[in-house]
Amino acid sequence: MEEKEKRVAHPYIPNSVPEIKEELLKEIGIESTEDIFGQIPEHLRLRRPLNIPKAILSEYELKKHVTELLSKNKNCEEYKNYLGGGCWQHYVPAVCKTIMERDEFLSAYVGEAFADHGKFQAQFEYASCIGELVDMDMVNTPTYDWAMACATTVRMASRMTGRSKALVAKSISPERLSCIKDYACSATPDIELVNYDPKSGLLDLNDLKDKLSEDVCVLYMENPNFFGVIEKDGQEIADLLHSKGALLSVGVDPISLGVLKPPARYGADFACGDVQPLGIPMSYGGGLGGFIATPDEPKFVAEYPSLLFGITETIEEGEYGFGEVLYERTSYASRDKAKDFLGTMAQLHGIVAGVYMALMGPQGMKELGEGLLQRAVYAVRKLSSVKGIKAPYFNSYHFKEFTVNFDDTGKTVADINKALLDHKIFGGKDLSKDFPELGQSALFCITEVHSKKDIDELTEALASVLGK
Amino acid sequence: MTNVRLRKFHQAHWDEPIIFELSVPGRRGLIPPAPEEEIKEAAGDPKGLVPEEMLRKEPPALPELDQKRVLAHYIHLAQETLGGNLCNDISQGTCTMKYNPRINEELAAHPGIASLHPWQDVDTAQGILEIYYKFEEILKEISGMDKFSLHPQGGAHAVYTAASIMRAYHRDRGELDKRREIISSAFTHPCDHAAPATAGFRLIILPPSENGYPSVEAVKAAVSENTAGMFITNPEDTGIYNTEIDQFVKIVHDAGGLCFYDQANANVLLGIARAREAGFDMCHFNIHKTFGTPHGCSGPGLGALGVRDHLAKYLPIPTVEYDGTKYYLDFDRPHSVGKVRQFQGPAGVLVRTYAWVMTIGQEYLKEVSEISTINHNYLQKKLQEQIPEIEVPYAPGRRRLEEARYCWQKLLEATGVSTTDILRRVGDFGLQHYWTSHHPWVVPEPMTLEPCESYGKEDLDEYVAVLKHIRDEAYSDPEIVKNAPHKCASHKLADETALDDPKRWATTWRAYVKKKGRA
Ligand SMILES: Cc1ncc(COP(=O)(O)O)c(C=O)c1O
Repeated sequence: MEEKEKRVAHPYIPNSVPEIKEELLKEIGIESTEDIFGQIPEHLRLRRPLNIPKAILSEYELKKHVTELLSKNKNCEEYKNYLGGGCWQHYVPAVCKTIMERDEFLSAYVGEAFADHGKFQAQFEYASCIGELVDMDMVNTPTYDWAMACATTVRMASRMTGRSKALVAKSISPERLSCIKDYACSATPDIELVNYDPKSGLLDLNDLKDKLSEDVCVLYMENPNFFGVIEKDGQEIADLLHSKGALLSVGVDPISLGVLKPPARYGADFACGDVQPLGIPMSYGGGLGGFIATPDEPKFVAEYPSLLFGITETIEEGEYGFGEVLYERTSYASRDKAKDFLGTMAQLHGIVAGVYMALMGPQGMKELGEGLLQRAVYAVRKLSSVKGIKAPYFNSYHFKEFTVNFDDTGKTVADINKALLDHKIFGGKDLSKDFPELGQSALFCITEVHSKKDIDELTEALASVLGK
Repeated sequence: MTNVRLRKFHQAHWDEPIIFELSVPGRRGLIPPAPEEEIKEAAGDPKGLVPEEMLRKEPPALPELDQKRVLAHYIHLAQETLGGNLCNDISQGTCTMKYNPRINEELAAHPGIASLHPWQDVDTAQGILEIYYKFEEILKEISGMDKFSLHPQGGAHAVYTAASIMRAYHRDRGELDKRREIISSAFTHPCDHAAPATAGFRLIILPPSENGYPSVEAVKAAVSENTAGMFITNPEDTGIYNTEIDQFVKIVHDAGGLCFYDQANANVLLGIARAREAGFDMCHFNIHKTFGTPHGCSGPGLGALGVRDHLAKYLPIPTVEYDGTKYYLDFDRPHSVGKVRQFQGPAGVLVRTYAWVMTIGQEYLKEVSEISTINHNYLQKKLQEQIPEIEVPYAPGRRRLEEARYCWQKLLEATGVSTTDILRRVGDFGLQHYWTSHHPWVVPEPMTLEPCESYGKEDLDEYVAVLKHIRDEAYSDPEIVKNAPHKCASHKLADETALDDPKRWATTWRAYVKKKGRA
C-alpha cells in the first residue's frame, strides 16, 4: 500500500490541501477513496504507482523545461521558410493574438447563447465573413481541417444525389486525398482521380469527360490547385458535372479570394477550405480549421453534419439571439441516425479567422492578394535565372505557390533542401514521392512575410547550393 | 456546508451590433505589407496575373472598421462569454471543465511551436518530436496501450479513427462484408454511435438494466458472426462504473470483434484502473478534458488514440519514432488507414498538455482522480440533503465516480418548473448553465454535474446553494425561473422554431439581410 505523506497543495487542485481532503472524506462518511474505488474489481485495478515523470511543481522550472525543448526546434522566424501546401506562413495580426488568448473564448465550451452570447455572435460573424469571401449564404461552424471539410462535401454530395462514385482532381493535396479516401469510402467506395494537363497543370477536361458518368455524385477539385496553379475552366467543369446530375465541390485558399473569383460564381455547389491563413499561427500544422459553404437551400442544409449557428431574436425587444439551426441533423441529437458525426472541432480558430477578416476588410484582402500574385511572379523570374532550374514547372498563372523543377541540375530536391539548411532556409516541399511524374520538383510558397531581399537571397543560396 | 452568500451577478451586456452594422466605407483595420517597387514593376498590373475568367472584379463585401473598433467589438463579445476559467463551471458534466493554466498559453505562443511548419526537416523539429514521443510514452503507461496517435483533433475524431482501424482490421481478415455490427450502450456518448455509423457500421445500442448499464446477458445476445466490435465508455455518462466491463470485452472478443474504450473522460481512473487490464484493444483520451487543455469554444482539442500491438500497424501516418539518437516521422506503414487529418495533428494542444502532465506528475495524477471522486461524492451528498426533489436514477446505493445524472422530475411535477428552466436560471448567479443529457433523455428532466479537481469546497457549496435557492423559487415564484435568465448576456429565444424554418433561419448576415428584407 502507498503511504500517506503530507504534501504541498497543488496550485491546480484546490482541495488537495490535506486537511480539506480529510474534511470532505468525513463529510461523505468514508475513510478514504478506497471506499469508492473499491467497487472496481480487484483484477482491473492498477496497484502500483504510475511510472511517469515526477511533478515539476514550480511554474518557473516548468517553463524552463518546456522552453528548452521548444528551443531545440529551428523555427520559421530564425529560418526563412518556403513551405506551404495547406499550412502557410502568413502574418498573424496582434489583435488576432489578443482575442485568441482571451480566457473567455479559450476556456468556454458548449454553453448556450444566453450566457455564451459572445461566442455565438463571434461564430456567426465568422461564418458571415466566409460567406462574403466565397459568395455563398450557408456556412458551417469549422470542422477539424480542410481535409475533413472537403471529405465531408463528398459525403454530402453522395447523400444528395444517391450516388456512390466520386471524382477527385489529381492536382489536390495528397494529404487531403488520403483523408477523402478514408473518410468518404463508406459513402463513395468508388473514388477516381481526374488527371491534370502535364504542361499547364490545369484540370484535364478530356479526362474529366471520359470519367464522368451518371453514377458520379461530385467532382472535388482545388483552385488554386496544390501546385498553386489557378484553374481557368471552372464554368465549363461545373456545366459538365451538372449536365450529368453531379455536383461540383471546390477547395479554395480563402486568402486568394480578394483577387480570385469565388467558386460559386463559376457554378460550384460547395466551397471549402482552411481558416489557417486567416490569422492562425502554423503551430507545426496545429492551426487548422475547415470551412464548408453552400447555397442556403434545405437540400444542402439538411446534409451538413456540423453545428450551424443561426441568428434569431430573443424575448427582449430588438435583441439578437442565437441558436442551432436544424439541430436534429446532428449526431448530438440523433446518434447513429445523424448525418455523419460531430464533436469538438476548431471553433476558436473560426473566431480568430473572423477577427482577421474584420481587420482586413475588402481592401486589405484585395491588396494582400495582389501582393501575393506579384511576389510569386517575381520569385519565379528570379529562381528561373539560376541555371538548371525550371520555374514554374507548369506554364500557367499561379497564386502564392508554384512548382520548381531541378531535373537539369543533377541534384535531388532532398539534397538541395538539406544544403539549404546551411543557409537557414527551409526549401520547398519535395514532390518527388507523391508526384513522381514531375521528376525532382518542389512546391515553393511565397507570402507577404517574404521581402524582395529574402527572395534574392533564396536565389543566391540556390545558386550556391547548385554550384552555379 | 459553509454559509454561502449568493452572488449579485450581472454579466456584461453590450448590446453589440453585428459587425457588418458597424461598417463604414473606407475604414481600415490593418494594412498588409506591400511588395517592394522592384517587385511591382517586374510583375506588372496584378489584374494581368490571373486568367480573365478567374478575376474577382470587386473585393469581397467584408465589414470596414478601424482597428480599435474591431478590438473593442471582440472584447465585448468575449465579455459576453462565460469561459470555464472565469466561473464555477462544474456545470458541464461529462466535459471535465478543468482550469486551463495560463503558462500553457505562454508556451503554446513560443515561436518554437507557433512558428513551426509541419513539413520542416525533422532535424529542425527535434524538440517538438521529443514532446510527441515523451507524451505518448506517458499515455502508454496511463492506459496500458502499446502505441498512440496524436492526430485526431477531438474525441469524436479519435472515435472515428478507431472505427476506421476496426474496418481495416476486418477487411484485412476478409471479414468486413460480414462484420458490420457495433455494440454499444445507451449511456455512451453519441459519437460512439455516430462515428462507427459514418465508417459504415450498423449500431446495436443496448438499453441500461437497473444497474445503469447493459446486462452481460444482453451483450451475449447481441453478439454474432456479424459483430465487428464494441464502442463503450466506463463510467458511463451516469458516473456509474460498469464492474462487468471485462466480461463484456471477453464476449465480444470470443465472437471475433474488437473493443474500443471511450476514455474521453478518464478523470477518476488515472492511476486507478486502465484499459489494458480490462482487455480493450483501443482507447482514447480527450486531452481537452482529462489532460487540462482548453476547450476553445469547442476546439481545437486532441483525441489521443491508443491501440494494442496487433492494431499498431493501422494507425494514421506518420507516427513519431525514436532510433536511439534522433526522433523521426515514419510514413512507411503500408497497413495504415492513411490520414484522418493533415500533417501531424493539433501540435499546439500537445505542447499545452505536455506542460500540464509534467507539472501534475506522478505524485499528483492519482490525486486528480481522488479529489475528483471526493468532490463528486461530496456534491451529490449535499445536493440530496438540501434538495429532496433531486433523484439519482439507477443503481441505488452505488457510489458514482466522477459525476451523476440527476433527475428533476419530482420538482417538475410539484411546480411546473423544468430542468431547462432551472439551467437558464443558474446563469443569473454567474455559473455556467448546466448540462442536461445527450438525446434521447433516458433519465427524465436530467442534470449532469462534474466537479473535477479544479474546484474547491467553496465552489461546491456555492453550487448547491444556488440550486437550492432556485428550487425554493420554483415553489415561491416559478415565473422568475421560467423566464430566466434575467442577468445574462442575452435572453431566452423568442421562438426556437425559427431556427428550423428555411424561410427564417440564417447562418450568415447576408442570408439574414435577404430574408428580413433589410439593407
Ligand atoms: C465520453 C465522451 N466521449 C466522447 C466525447 C466527444 O469528444 P469531443 O467533443 O472532443 O469530440 C465526449 C465529449 O463530450 C465525451 O464526454
